Amino acid sequence: MLIQMEGSEAVAEAVALCRPEVVCAYPITPQTHIVEGVGALVKDGRLENCEFINVESEFAALSVAIGASAAGARTYTATASQGLLFMAEAVYNAAGLGLPIVMTIGNRAIGAPINIWNDHSDSMSMRDAGWIQLYAETNQEALDLHIQAFRLAEELSCPVMVCMDGFILTHAYERLDIPSQQDVDAFLPAFEPVQVLDPDDPYSIGAMVGPEAFTEVRYLANDTQLQALKLIPEIGSVFKEVFGRESGGLIHEYMTGNAETIVVALGSVNGTIKEVIDTMREDGAAIGSVSICSFRPFPLDELQDALKDAKRVVVIEKSLAPGLGGVVASNVRMALRGINLPVYTVIAGLGGRTITMTSLQEVFEAAGEDRLPDLQFLDLDHNAVEHEIVRARRTRRSGPIAENILRQKADGRNP
Amino acid sequence: MSKQLPFAITLDPGTSLANHTGSWRTLKPVYLDRLPPCNNACPAGENIQGWLYHAEEGDYKKAWHLLMDDNPMPAVMGRVCYHPCEGACNRAAMDEPVAIHSVERFLGDQALKNGWMPYFDKGSTGKRVLVVGAGPSGLSAAYHLRRLGHDVTIREAGPMAGGMMRFGIPKYRLPRDVLDKEIQRIVDMGVEMQLNCKVDNIPAAFESEGFNAVFIAVGAHLAKRIDIPAHAAGKILDAASVLRDMEAGAEPPKLGRRVIIYGGGNTAMDAARTAKRLGVDEAMIVYRRSRNEMPAHDFEATEAEEEGVLIHWLRTIKQIDETTFTVEKMEIDAGGRPQPTGEFETLEADTLILALGQDVDTSFLEKVPGVVIAKDGVVDVDARMMTGYPGLFAGGDMVPSERTVTVAVGHGKKAARNIDGWLKGEAYEKSEKHQLAAFENLNTWYYDDAPASVQPGLDIIRRQTSFDEVIGDLVEDNALFEARRCLSCGNCFECDNCYGVCPDNAVKKLGPGKRFEFIYDFCKGCGLCATECPCGAIEMVAETT
Amino acid sequence: MTDQTSQPVKFYQTGTHTVGNRLLDDAKRTVQSSMDRSNAITSGHRACQGCGEALGARYALDAAMRATEGQLVAVNATGCLEVFTTPYPETSWQLPWLHSLFGNAPAVATGVAAALRVKGRKDVKVVAQGGDGGTTDIGFGCLSGMFERNDDVLYICYDNEAYMNTGVQRSSATPPAARTATTQAIGDAPGNVFGTGKNLPLIAMAHNIPYVATASVADLHDLEAKVTKAMAISGSRYIHIMVPCPLGWGSASDATISVARLAVESGLFPLFEAENGTLTKVNKIRRLVQVEGYLKMQKRFAHLFAKDGKDQDSIDAIQAMANHNIERFGLIDVDTTS
Repeated sequence: MLIQMEGSEAVAEAVALCRPEVVCAYPITPQTHIVEGVGALVKDGRLENCEFINVESEFAALSVAIGASAAGARTYTATASQGLLFMAEAVYNAAGLGLPIVMTIGNRAIGAPINIWNDHSDSMSMRDAGWIQLYAETNQEALDLHIQAFRLAEELSCPVMVCMDGFILTHAYERLDIPSQQDVDAFLPAFEPVQVLDPDDPYSIGAMVGPEAFTEVRYLANDTQLQALKLIPEIGSVFKEVFGRESGGLIHEYMTGNAETIVVALGSVNGTIKEVIDTMREDGAAIGSVSICSFRPFPLDELQDALKDAKRVVVIEKSLAPGLGGVVASNVRMALRGINLPVYTVIAGLGGRTITMTSLQEVFEAAGEDRLPDLQFLDLDHNAVEHEIVRARRTRRSGPIAENILRQKADGRNP
Repeated sequence: MSKQLPFAITLDPGTSLANHTGSWRTLKPVYLDRLPPCNNACPAGENIQGWLYHAEEGDYKKAWHLLMDDNPMPAVMGRVCYHPCEGACNRAAMDEPVAIHSVERFLGDQALKNGWMPYFDKGSTGKRVLVVGAGPSGLSAAYHLRRLGHDVTIREAGPMAGGMMRFGIPKYRLPRDVLDKEIQRIVDMGVEMQLNCKVDNIPAAFESEGFNAVFIAVGAHLAKRIDIPAHAAGKILDAASVLRDMEAGAEPPKLGRRVIIYGGGNTAMDAARTAKRLGVDEAMIVYRRSRNEMPAHDFEATEAEEEGVLIHWLRTIKQIDETTFTVEKMEIDAGGRPQPTGEFETLEADTLILALGQDVDTSFLEKVPGVVIAKDGVVDVDARMMTGYPGLFAGGDMVPSERTVTVAVGHGKKAARNIDGWLKGEAYEKSEKHQLAAFENLNTWYYDDAPASVQPGLDIIRRQTSFDEVIGDLVEDNALFEARRCLSCGNCFECDNCYGVCPDNAVKKLGPGKRFEFIYDFCKGCGLCATECPCGAIEMVAETT
Repeated sequence: MTDQTSQPVKFYQTGTHTVGNRLLDDAKRTVQSSMDRSNAITSGHRACQGCGEALGARYALDAAMRATEGQLVAVNATGCLEVFTTPYPETSWQLPWLHSLFGNAPAVATGVAAALRVKGRKDVKVVAQGGDGGTTDIGFGCLSGMFERNDDVLYICYDNEAYMNTGVQRSSATPPAARTATTQAIGDAPGNVFGTGKNLPLIAMAHNIPYVATASVADLHDLEAKVTKAMAISGSRYIHIMVPCPLGWGSASDATISVARLAVESGLFPLFEAENGTLTKVNKIRRLVQVEGYLKMQKRFAHLFAKDGKDQDSIDAIQAMANHNIERFGLIDVDTTS
């Protein structure tokens, strides 16, 4: 059923169709509309047999989810940014305990400086927590990924994060295909936990494990992710059979055939990238793109297959590893190990800065001529940063960078 | 495990039982039984803590039977024993001692009321034992010998059985029906009682009559006398005779209006209180020392004074002139001895009753070969209570010891066991005594404060005018209450503390009456069980391996 | 004869204080005296000798197990109790048990309770438990949230007054003057600072939850009665149990119960119950003692009794705390007749 609705609202609908039994809610922009939506569905009775719990923090939200999941309930929560960091300890814990919780991340920057707008710093910080991380390109995909995520999580006993760009997706109104309850029920079997807190079978969950077995536990966590590499495409195909459309999977390729330059990115920016590619293809440029849907597990082989015949790779990414460069780019280079291809890192869209087609096209063209530095910040105000660097060199205690730059901009002074 | 659980993080229940933490231990707890101070102090060797344990449960019959293992006359004993057990009772350090005698009396009375009979085998060993004297020691020996299967004959010179229980203890302290019933119960076990039958020839009992052993316990009936200068002596009696005449005489002794009783022992108190009951106006005790030194029990003096007996402490009678008695004031010197002061005063009395102690008449033993009479008139016996004449045993007042009914009963038991051993040709082996359960061994937190129950007392007018029993019975509730005041010193009473307080579940509860055992595989030796044991029945000992 | 009034039959010999009492009806005996108690924590755990927490936890959970007929799930915060019961490959727990993190046990328990509710398992109850660090400090936010939502969980704090698992560091439950690894007994004001710390039972009461109680391993009957009562109530319940730590307190391993008893009998650790925010019951002190005897049993207070002079000011200040409790909670009966 096609309906014009907000991305968050659509995700709430999709989650409700999955019949979660416990949903924990704590507000943080930009995911708030999602749990508000689920709460409304519970309250008006459309989502039955569900405990909707308003908690006091994100740490509590995921902790409640951990308890609920361990007691055998299908459990869902959502967060973003600072909230994800505040629950970080529980994020690792849920994965360690093998609890198939599904959590939406409305991707948002991390402070300081505090910033409510979109980038991927938050979910990237948790990329090695043991969760499966899926990135949605569109709101339709976000909606579909949630339905797949429950099945994936429960088959593997592993929690899944569905990442969708804050505001760009969460607050965007689009025409979306909302599946029927029957189709979702057919696709998603009832939750049968591998372990559950039950007085009739009273085992202890969460033991202390020392050096004698910790490595093996971690090995098995890795093995779970490797299993996911196989399972994610399978679930994608089943999904297509039931719902009639492609959604999810490990990666999406676009115009990669005979492409010399391949752009790699996560999430909604792929839409813009594809438009730029379309334009450049019209001008004869050999360019294509790959959208990574499953960042964890990371599809090394699939990426290599997609990229190996290109002459260069440009990674557009919304996260920065200070002191290194790109997070995604580093992972892409891992996929290209043994293959001599330049991988250009372009940090873009941090803290919600608009990624324009013009800027992208400039970067892609420069890349096509191998004029790109290894690491580039898209649309960086070079004057501002250079002024601050110079000033900081002069004054040992220069104060907060953000304030200084703002002050300098307001003053209109030039270095 | 019902299914394949996640590796390492999820564990099957109770699997820590594989980890034997007992290896950490340097001290280990062990259960032990310590000797309760009451048991230790009882001259009759009663297992007081043991029978109180049953009484606490309201199982009076079981309690009585256990009591009867050591003492055949609980109803008498509960009334007349001076209960050294209570003097030793650890409860005294908390509030007041357990009134053991009143529970004993209650049990004894229950038995009489319900006609309970002690357990004994009616069969016979074929051995015959003669008991000379039907006092407490003789009766006790007869009873125990009968229980051991021997045929027993008691010969008593007097007209009634009971000895000093009858002739020395006034009936306001020991009603005669109680005494009679408890003696009869012994007779009913098959003991032959021959009254008015004086034994003169001990060797003949063995040789002509064929007794295999003889136990003599004739009691101390001869009153000690002293010489007092007298111009014209008034009536002078001795206390033993007065008390005997109360029982056996044709009529009560005539004492006049004012009586002086000379002496400070229990017999003096009994004589004074008897005189009071016989209607004298003034009953005065004259005693040469002070209250601190008197041999009488304090409560006897107190009860006597309550009944109007006047006690002149620190006085000796120097001269008698008809009804005028000149007494000299005494003072106690540093050595605790009375010394004359040279100060005199006079008292008026119609009768003087001497209560200066009694001796045993051992004349019938003088010609028995091997028997040695010591200079104070008692018979020498060995550790088995046997005299120098093989097979002749002696006890009670006849042997060097404190002269109380309870001591006599204890002698009877001890003699019976040794006679039994002698008859079998083997020595009686006494089991080793446990170490004493001291107050310091107890954890008194677990006991509630509970003052002793007061036995109802006879009002004072009735006490001065009648021979009704002064001390009343405990009703059942009170007896139960009193029994439950017992701290069970040194003996597990299954309070479950050790079982409950072990942080390692290293104590196994074996079920009612079976106590507990330590599971040393898991006991870490923390010592909580021993510290929290209320009665001191756990000890921590060093681990050797 | 004078009136022979019969006295009420009480069990003075064993009192009402021992674990069991052969003279009582089975139904009136403690859970711990029962041969078929659940032993929710069984033997082989790695707690120190004389561990008060191991004891308190078994007391509490066995009582809860009896009250729920075994339909119980336990959630555990990180801490000694978690570590000594569940080192791979062995667990001492005999009931379904979940450990997640140090600071989230109340929230995890909320989740378990929510799941059980949604699954229609009304018969299964949830207990969450943690030490004083996990409760009064790091888990306090989650606990307050659980209280405020009135989630159907009994939370039990085993209070041994410091972070023992990590080596005896100060928590907000550490008493003044106590030596810990982070409040050393040196300097002008040795030990923990006076005037600090928080009283979680009173804070719990301020949430107006249905039931709040304090208990002690020194009073098993009271502890079991409170757990039993708590298990019969729906909504958030809080029981704060004092569990001495021989290691952290420097008390003898056999003194765990006696030292806890002195805490109660001195007034330092009042035993009370509150329902819906209102104090409803106070346990009177049975044998009042001064705090000095309590303090002297513990090496963490040894500096108050140093050879070169007793710190009377600090002892008096601690006595004043006890006296304040006695007055505030009415721990001793004031004789109105004199």
